[in-house]
Amino acid sequence: MPRSPPTMPRGGPDMPPDPLIEVRGLRLSLPDLNAKPLFGAPPRIEILKGLDFAIPRGTITGIVGESGSGKSTLGRCLVRLYRPTAGEILFDGQDIAGLEGLGLARLRRDLQMIFQDPMSSLNPRHRIGRIIRGPLQVNGLTDDLETRVSDALRHAQLPTTAAARYPHQLSGGQRQRVGIARAIALAPRFIVADEIVSGLDVSTQAQIITLLERLVAEMGLTMAFISHDLSVIRRLCSHVIVLQGGEIVEQGETAAIFEVPAHPYTRTLRDAIPLPEIDETWLAVSG
Amino acid sequence: MDRASLRLWLAGGWLGALVMMAVFAPLIAPQDPLAQDLFLERLPPAWIDGAEPGYLLGTDSLGRDVLSRVIYGARIALIVAVLAGGAACLIGTTLGLLAGYYRGWVDTVISRIVDIWMSFPPVLFAILLVAVLGTGLHSVIIAIAVIDWTRFCRVVRAETMQQARMEYVESALVYGRSRFGTLVKEVLPNVLPTIGVLLSLEMGIAVIVEAILSFVNLSIPTDDPTWGGMIAEGRTQIHFAPWVLVVPMIFLFLTVLSFSQFGEGMKDRFDPVLR
Repeated sequence: MPRSPPTMPRGGPDMPPDPLIEVRGLRLSLPDLNAKPLFGAPPRIEILKGLDFAIPRGTITGIVGESGSGKSTLGRCLVRLYRPTAGEILFDGQDIAGLEGLGLARLRRDLQMIFQDPMSSLNPRHRIGRIIRGPLQVNGLTDDLETRVSDALRHAQLPTTAAARYPHQLSGGQRQRVGIARAIALAPRFIVADEIVSGLDVSTQAQIITLLERLVAEMGLTMAFISHDLSVIRRLCSHVIVLQGGEIVEQGETAAIFEVPAHPYTRTLRDAIPLPEIDETWLAVSG
Repeated sequence: MDRASLRLWLAGGWLGALVMMAVFAPLIAPQDPLAQDLFLERLPPAWIDGAEPGYLLGTDSLGRDVLSRVIYGARIALIVAVLAGGAACLIGTTLGLLAGYYRGWVDTVISRIVDIWMSFPPVLFAILLVAVLGTGLHSVIIAIAVIDWTRFCRVVRAETMQQARMEYVESALVYGRSRFGTLVKEVLPNVLPTIGVLLSLEMGIAVIVEAILSFVNLSIPTDDPTWGGMIAEGRTQIHFAPWVLVVPMIFLFLTVLSFSQFGEGMKDRFDPVLR
């Protein structure tokens, strides 16, 4: 498989033998509607160019890359919002890449997603209670519905009174907690979190990150955490996948990759992280 | 009371009064709207010299009571507003939702039909349709619905397209809601306020179109009073008895204005997102 320059297959051998998600040769191309000719099919743009990686059970794996690198598209493939053009997505050993209909419907409980912008991902005309009931009702979990809703809210550290509110009546951090509550309400096994802290201020970011760590530990979740922010990835993720232009340029354990980035792109990304030492110098000078 | 709720109350008040007039017309109307009396022809309204008691807004050239006739005319106006507006809304909204949500060939087909439909001049189209269907209330209602569904379709399609891009749609799909279920349960509630405003506006338009068709004598073939018919009759005597023309015009004006203001007012008042 053609890859861009020096890629060390670092993740491979170190990975635990039985990952929850294993992706082989994943490709996705979408029709380019802007370039649609007068007659015939529009040309296709290849967004994911053959990805191979694994996500170990019970971990948070970071997916990092600049905008346009295909990381959100990859996340949407993993929860099967998009159907890959080619390749395999093994979820607990079962290939879900081409699943349709009932088979896919049965899978929905286990795969959830938290979206970037809760203003857009929470229906503005539904109260929070209804938003969280949605996934439960669709998946037939209607016994003890109200208990399940308040459990989900509590797990996401929201007051149960939030159920009676509309999304626009909550703060940004609370809204994102609602997104988390909706995703965990089904007790899924795998969650894709797509840039979920990038719209929040730093202190709220820290709270949400702590919450995610706790949830993963308590509920035995596995998570793919998509971000362009390496400092967040370094804090949260045990493994990381670096995407550039629809290809994986580097993957492996976060600590190792931050120590010795093999790919120049990763090095650039790492060097762009604001370092705590800089703050100390600044303090020394100004003090 | 702020300006917005004042607008809602005034518009709602007039429409409410109109509904009462239409429902209880036989109890409210001081005279039989069809009773002719050539000795009482062209009586002026009560505040002008020469008025007769019992004919508050005067009489027309056949001695029929103008007030009683506008009150009965509200019946036809409201029936057309509700039925024609509702039918146009149902057709246009359904097609607009499907086109805006599913896109692809569904959208192409529906949008082309709308483009073709809208290139007919609407009033001529209506006259043609009624001429083909035969005069009568049902033809007027069908004609308005068949012509005006495109107004709903265009706006609802655009709004649906915008809403379909929101992440709450993807979120519903990810937890297993069907495509159609997502359209009905997630997208539709967000398009509903727009539909409400359009419906209210369309009801006003339906009243005008009915008046136009009555004016050219293509609406109700019987003697039942309609505002458009009254305006047409009044036109010939505008120099001798202007009230025959002016009274139904004021009713028409207030009704159409109230419909357009009512829709906007309701949206401002009851939309949880704006509140």
